[in-house]
Amino acid sequence: MFIFQGGMSSSEELSPETMQQSMNKWMAWIEQLRKAGKYVAGEPLMLGGKCIEGKERVITDGPFAEGKEVVGGFFIVNAENYDEALALAQDYPDFDLDGKVQIRQIMKM
Amino acid sequence: MQPPSSSQVNHLIEHLFRRESGKMIAVLTRLLGFDSFEVAQDIVQDTLLKAMVTWSYGRLPDNPSAWLYRVAKNRAIDHLRRERNFQKIGSAYSQQLQQDLKVDPAINDMFLDNEIQDSQLRMMFACCHPFIPVESQIALVLKTLCGLSVHEIANAFLTTHDAVTKRIYRAKEKIIQQKIQLEVPPANLLNSRLQTVLQSLYLLFNEGYNSSHPEQLIREDLCEAAMRLCQILSEQTFTNIPETRAFLSLMCFQFSRFQSRVDDKGNIVILKYQDRSLWNRAFIQRGFDYLNAAAEGNHFSAYHLEAAIASLHAAAPSFDQTDWKTVYHLYDILYTLKPGPVVALNKAIASAYAVSRQAALDSLTQIQGLENHYLYYASLGEMYLELNKKEEAKKYFTRAKALTGSRIEQSLLQKKITECN
Repeated sequence: MFIFQGGMSSSEELSPETMQQSMNKWMAWIEQLRKAGKYVAGEPLMLGGKCIEGKERVITDGPFAEGKEVVGGFFIVNAENYDEALALAQDYPDFDLDGKVQIRQIMKM
Repeated sequence: MQPPSSSQVNHLIEHLFRRESGKMIAVLTRLLGFDSFEVAQDIVQDTLLKAMVTWSYGRLPDNPSAWLYRVAKNRAIDHLRRERNFQKIGSAYSQQLQQDLKVDPAINDMFLDNEIQDSQLRMMFACCHPFIPVESQIALVLKTLCGLSVHEIANAFLTTHDAVTKRIYRAKEKIIQQKIQLEVPPANLLNSRLQTVLQSLYLLFNEGYNSSHPEQLIREDLCEAAMRLCQILSEQTFTNIPETRAFLSLMCFQFSRFQSRVDDKGNIVILKYQDRSLWNRAFIQRGFDYLNAAAEGNHFSAYHLEAAIASLHAAAPSFDQTDWKTVYHLYDILYTLKPGPVVALNKAIASAYAVSRQAALDSLTQIQGLENHYLYYASLGEMYLELNKKEEAKKYFTRAKALTGSRIEQSLLQKKITECN
């Protein structure tokens, strides 16, 4: 699973042109993964959210203040191992926008 | 969720976001009032952001434009509902909205194609209001109608982010102070107001045609923006005056040469050496069509003359076979309409080929007001070089090179300097 942090969804003052270019790159990336049979699913996440924690069940607006840390969405991809997953993540389009990809293996029961 | 197929990706028109954002801002500004154009911009920005995030993950709607308008419209309606004070809403719609809280029919109408165009037209007149300083007019047109960010505008005009923000701020001040409305001016003011709009678009095209940007000689996007907006003027009966068509003609002719003006290494190719087979025939044809359509009545403008001059270049099979006598004659008339050193410079250059190099040189040396303009010295250099006076030529080319900030122009001038050795 690729978990995307920061990047396009957190950038401020993107011009329409930049937004469309970024989007085109994402679409091309998904297309490429899909053609290689690696793409399984993916969803963007809405900005904002809620957090509930502790015995007291304290509700907060969550640790979403830092734009760079916000999780913008995720992909599930087919990869044999971490090396392959790392290779697939090379084309993540938002590295230039200071985006980050967290790569985790989904545990199969 | 199904990821997008490549055909869907290709289906997204180039610059769709930029184009639609300009239109959406115009429509929403009409809905919310000109003094709320920034709210309209924020709504459009949010809409595009939402589109970017969801579409990126493969949720491309069947009709992307319609999706954008729907989301933007709903957000605008939410905004209106939140605004309890309907007085704040500009234009004739405030009353309508006050009387009838079922706002949707009135708003829906604004999203019809012809109404979108009408909103853009109103927006053009409002942005180019004579109370707003010219610099601010252009910044406002680019920001609202053309969907450029402050950063992109600053980049296009070689200025800072702050300077552009200030220009827009000054425009906003005037809009509020003078209560400028988003409307087409009344018939008695229409002509003079239209002239201001055309002039602003002319400056916009000019900046794109010969950009002051250090790395980019031509900013096609700026030229396209000017052409697209002028096209709207030509599609509405009351703004489709001969000048509008003449200006469109001029832009088509100039645009037709873009491909040949820079070689594959990014160097400038001057008119004399351009590969004329690269000139875009379709644009030349459109140029002639608009020029014919502009020849109506007995009124002619500077746009007519400039378009006619451009047409002579477009029609010439080669530089030497250009009808220089007529070009010179037209510049002569243009000078009476638009006296100024830049026209005088062009007239002098034309005289080099219509009369003689010496005549051109004599006229050039008499021009005043271009002492800081590289093109003036470059032209002097060229004339001296053609008269085989290499030492003088070199002196002027060197001076010209020091005055231009464009890397591409500097490299052309360096080549000329080398030629003089």
